[in-house]
Amino acid sequence: MTETVIAAENLTRRFGDFTAVDHVTFSVRAGEIVGYLGPNGCGKTTTIRMLLGLLEPSEGRATVLGFDAFRQSEDVRARAGYMSQKFALYDDLTVLENLTFYGGVYGLRERRRLDETLDLVGLRGRERDLTRDLAAGFRQRLALAIALVHRPKLLFLDEPTSGVDPTARRAFWDLIYGLAGEGVTVLVTTHYMDEAEYCGRVGVMRDGQLLAMDTPAALKASVIPGEVWEAHIQPLEAGLEALREADGVLRVGLSGDHLRVIARRGLGAESLRRAAQARGLTAPRLERGEPTLEDVFLALAR
Amino acid sequence: MIQASHLSKSFGSIHAVQDVSLSVAAGEIYGLVGSDGAGKTTTLRLLVGALKADAGEISICGYDVRRQGEQARAQIGYLSQRFSLYEDLTVLENIRFFAELRGLKRDEWLPRCLDILDFVGLSAFKERRAGQLSGGMKQKLGLASALVTRPKVLLLDEPTTGVDPVTRQDFWQLLIRIAAARDVAVLLTTPYMDEASRCHRVGFMRGGRILAEGRPSDLRAALQGRILEARGGPLPELRRRAAEIEGVEDVRPFGDKLHLRVAPGMAESVIAALSDAFPARAGSPLEARLIPPTLEDVFLSLER
Repeated sequence: MTETVIAAENLTRRFGDFTAVDHVTFSVRAGEIVGYLGPNGCGKTTTIRMLLGLLEPSEGRATVLGFDAFRQSEDVRARAGYMSQKFALYDDLTVLENLTFYGGVYGLRERRRLDETLDLVGLRGRERDLTRDLAAGFRQRLALAIALVHRPKLLFLDEPTSGVDPTARRAFWDLIYGLAGEGVTVLVTTHYMDEAEYCGRVGVMRDGQLLAMDTPAALKASVIPGEVWEAHIQPLEAGLEALREADGVLRVGLSGDHLRVIARRGLGAESLRRAAQARGLTAPRLERGEPTLEDVFLALAR
Repeated sequence: MIQASHLSKSFGSIHAVQDVSLSVAAGEIYGLVGSDGAGKTTTLRLLVGALKADAGEISICGYDVRRQGEQARAQIGYLSQRFSLYEDLTVLENIRFFAELRGLKRDEWLPRCLDILDFVGLSAFKERRAGQLSGGMKQKLGLASALVTRPKVLLLDEPTTGVDPVTRQDFWQLLIRIAAARDVAVLLTTPYMDEASRCHRVGFMRGGRILAEGRPSDLRAALQGRILEARGGPLPELRRRAAEIEGVEDVRPFGDKLHLRVAPGMAESVIAALSDAFPARAGSPLEARLIPPTLEDVFLSLER
């Protein structure tokens, strides 16, 4: 039985009349990478702040690394790392100076420990670079280094790769997988579907509620009510109208130069072609599409 | 509509944009895709005429941006990353402000504003103060403001960063309709592939250069038959063994599975080698199958 690192039970936070986090229950085991997917303002960051003991729950409780997140928050924070999207890096300090400063906050003064952390995130050789001159991907690694300098067993990442391209993101995630392989537990928030695909399990959050939590594959299989088709048809608008009203079609949307259709399982391409022809359109060219976490989100949100 | 050739722009020793050429036709949505710092926003600022290129030519609807800047700008609607709305003005007053700024007269701006608000679905909120709108509505108001001059060219800098997927879906439905129904050339920037995949054409940007360009389906087709998904067994071991198989070019962990990129024509032999390396065991059978390449696979396959 693997150790439970985070256990949230009916975790709730109200601000006046507004319920930011609404009876959220989930648990995370050691070494897991769990994503928390939802738009800005859905309660992701409020949840993390409660797990770190920075905010008192209005209702419910959370146990983190065996401690009560609020009453024993210092024990939690000594063992958890937090990388916030808007982390304050000092732009006019070098990489090493930033790390030294934040290491000092945790009482770490050994140069060896700082060097090991720089090695871990691949910033060795850039110690003297000014932070303001770093490319987006390297800034992210420096923020990660700062979250890791005290060797936490649990890492909270808040929108860690916003604004970086797939190559830099992939390099970043290689680091995260490496940490998880050594037993570090990771909770990542993101509002981008691309990013959530990297997680072992994903929780979908909207308006303070955790709508579902499972592996990306299981979410796609259980939440999306049908099969995905890409329909190339002209004119698009007329195609949209025709397919929207076709039997067995659950959702149609415009997607660049084609339509993205979610249709009842087993409906088949022929029915879609006939539906278009019945409206006097040329039969569309149809290709099977892959379901995405965005489809999952849209299915849960509506 | 947008024609840029061999654009370059440096800031001191930083080459923000290097030899960038692109063109966007009427009715087309073009996505410039890359990291922060890849040169996307600088490119947009060059096109809009806010920055002067060190080298290269730009023409907007046939007007040379350098010599006919005013005429060129008159064709452009621009939504910047941090567009500002006047929170204490109503929706209608905000649009009116942009309209008057662009020199529209009263008998012009009012019908247009009403028309655009209707189009973006904000008619019912025209008397509401902008500060009391939701994030998605603010974004639509920003778009409406950029559209009030009836531009033939629309430039959008990361238009949907941070919004709800439901709102984003609505925004894109709107954008696709604007491009199609009003014959507008749209150029937008994004660091995200799920966004890029909705464009008619994309340009992948890194270090100030466009590394690859094309229709998403064509870019993906070039990798057809070369992306495998594998799952089963302990992932770290699977990853290590997979990387040693001949013909495997790249191994990328993805939650509980791996994505492999293989050399052309090697998919079957790689699947066979994987099955040999991981004989089926009770409880953790190996699954390996060809999957359709994504734009992310395409970006990662580009030379560093």
